[in-house]
Amino acid sequence: MPNQTTASSPIVEISELDFCYGSVPALHGVNLAIPARQVTALIGPSGCGKSTLLRCLNRMNDLIEGARVVRGSIRIHGVDIHGPEVDVIELRKHVGMVFQKSNPFPKSIYENIAYGLRLQGVRDRARLDAVVEQSLRGAALWDEVKDRLQQSALGLSGGQQQRLCIARTIAVEPEVILMDEPCSALDPVATAKIEELIQELRSRYSIVIVTHNMQQAARCSDQTAFFYLGRLIEHAPTRDIFTSPANPQTEAYVSGRFG
Amino acid sequence: MVALFRAATYAVLLAGGGVFADILYKGSRTVFQAEAPFINTTFLFSSPESLHVFEWEGRRREMGDREFRAFREREPGAADVRAESFVYSAGGIWPCIAGTLLLVAGAMSLALAVGVSSAVYLSEYARDGRFIRFVRLAILNLAGVPSIVFGLFGFGMFVIFFGWNVSLIAGWFTLAFMVLPVVITASEEALKAVPQGLRAAALALGATRWQTIRTAVLPYALPGILTSSILGIARVAGETAPIMFTAAYVVRDQLPWEVERAVDFLFQGVMALPYHIYVVSSKIPQNEYTERVQYGTAFVFLLLVALVAAASILLRNRLRARLRW
Repeated sequence: MPNQTTASSPIVEISELDFCYGSVPALHGVNLAIPARQVTALIGPSGCGKSTLLRCLNRMNDLIEGARVVRGSIRIHGVDIHGPEVDVIELRKHVGMVFQKSNPFPKSIYENIAYGLRLQGVRDRARLDAVVEQSLRGAALWDEVKDRLQQSALGLSGGQQQRLCIARTIAVEPEVILMDEPCSALDPVATAKIEELIQELRSRYSIVIVTHNMQQAARCSDQTAFFYLGRLIEHAPTRDIFTSPANPQTEAYVSGRFG
Repeated sequence: MVALFRAATYAVLLAGGGVFADILYKGSRTVFQAEAPFINTTFLFSSPESLHVFEWEGRRREMGDREFRAFREREPGAADVRAESFVYSAGGIWPCIAGTLLLVAGAMSLALAVGVSSAVYLSEYARDGRFIRFVRLAILNLAGVPSIVFGLFGFGMFVIFFGWNVSLIAGWFTLAFMVLPVVITASEEALKAVPQGLRAAALALGATRWQTIRTAVLPYALPGILTSSILGIARVAGETAPIMFTAAYVVRDQLPWEVERAVDFLFQGVMALPYHIYVVSSKIPQNEYTERVQYGTAFVFLLLVALVAAASILLRNRLRARLRW
């Protein structure tokens, strides 16, 4: 995929997307352009389809039986990711994902970060060392763990584990990072660290974050998209969504009157 | 009511304790001895022989085959001594120990290879449908098949149809098929117990399905798989019926690896502890001489199964300590 986008042009274009779990529709006619090197927050009440949309972007929904795109397309750099020439494995290297519940492998911190590269057959110790350090620095975790890289990742705190998962994701150098409520299981201090990290990462990656936390969306995103019952209700710069929403439903949601 | 439940529990304890105490008491008299090295090495490390009991110069003598033959040649007038003979009551059970260990190792390797592959397919690849439900039902049924039926199956399939004769390899396959349902079911449980998040993490990092299974699922299911195979080991070592037509010789003078050609290792039968107990115990009349071998063999047998199980548990615990989540 060519990397020629400027900061403002969209890296992901979703058009007229209809998505179903078996016979249950989850998304209706979603049109959304996700800008490169910005943070786009997807908000909305539970069951509104925001996580479904997120999981469409790296085709993690392929794993769910009966889940399928009924209509419309998702293009990344202009390439339809459901096209026959697209290798889903290749796609997932370009579109990384951080999950709601931190899920480090029961291996050492080092091996967790090196996992993605080892999958690609990298054995060169010096290169692995470099990537591990670089990724841990990138995820603001290096200073905390540099003395215990060979210890189990499961000995880390919840917030550290989540940052480890982010480090593991950036180790394979994706262009887009998807985050599915990455802070919902963390305390406020750990959450603040992750939000800080997101701010640092946005200069290099395009980030899409699903969140239930309105303040989080307001604090750390550039664009916000509000979903309700499987439809995209409003998509605008975050400031506009929170100060002068165009749609009354959006206003009701962001002001806490429902959801 | 509680008294009844308690009585039932104690009854189990009593039965179990009774069996163990009986075997341990009588067996230890065969396996251990008063003089150094305190262990009856003849019993543990030599082949079975017939025991000859006779009166000589007013004393009662007990001799094994070879000793008796030498005695008759050495002593004048001993050639026409009348001795009572009891088969397999002298010598030892080393070929049986070796045979049982070989049977267990081979059968478990086969069963684990096939069973874990099958469990991986069922839990990671197969989509739940009518066919898969049928397969599961078949596995469940297979678990309930009496072991003698597996013996007959192995006899028809491996011994006759494949022409392997009564052999170590026929025993491996028969025993492997017998424990397969246990291994599959338990391995599937172990695979299902691996958190879904690990699979998702691996896939999201660009792993293929197989890479995910190999690096993020199987290693963490291994302790569980081993736990289940411990039960399998006890069963493979203990069952007599599946091997009596397929792998067990009543007696074989050479040890399993004392063969002229390497293939004979696979295509010769072996002696085995449970079958030896059966053979010795079905000799009539029973007496103090046969009893020694029966209980000694049973004692060694229990000890061996316990040792193998303990080794597996140790291995599992070491794996578990390394992979905790």
